[in-house]
Amino acid sequence: MPTTPTKAAAESTPPVSKWAPAVLLGWLIPGGGHFLLKRTGRGTLLLVTVLSMFLLGLMMRGAMFQPQTGDILTTIIYCGGFLGDLASGLLYLLATWLGYAQADVAGHVHDYGTKFLVAAGLMNVLAMVDAYEIAIGKKD
Amino acid sequence: MPKMNLSHFEAAVLFALFASVVLGVITKRTDAERLRYGVRCFVYFLAALIGLGWLMHFGHG
Repeated sequence: MPTTPTKAAAESTPPVSKWAPAVLLGWLIPGGGHFLLKRTGRGTLLLVTVLSMFLLGLMMRGAMFQPQTGDILTTIIYCGGFLGDLASGLLYLLATWLGYAQADVAGHVHDYGTKFLVAAGLMNVLAMVDAYEIAIGKKD
Repeated sequence: MPKMNLSHFEAAVLFALFASVVLGVITKRTDAERLRYGVRCFVYFLAALIGLGWLMHFGHG
């Protein structure tokens, strides 16, 4: 009997319980998903890299984005930047709660700091995707 | 939190290093391939950095 597209998609989608813990832990703690999946070496490299990038961003007095809407460019930059910052997980939450989030100021070092903070989150997204692929068995 | 002052070049090299490590770790299947890919990414980042730097230098006259 032919399967319907919806049924086929449901069958090919791995169960959430298989990948969600690794992806969630990977979001909260960079490399955490890899640690959970016993990929300690790669998890350590990801943790050190994302943590270093985030701390350097803070030390360069980078600013944390707050979601803002307005014209299309403002919306993309501020909402996208906020999502990038948020993707660092616990690092972002701790930095915000402990008062390390700083106002945006002019200067190339601050500007690099802001980019480092967002990029740390984006690197963590890549790590989460990798953890997802390992968890569902698509990757070793 | 100590304050850090970096030049454009230092900040961009650090960015290239971190991005290359992550790209190397997540993309390939064996450790040797990861190392090769990470080093290649870093070299490409540096080439783009230096190339664009000179381009801007000549562009500004």
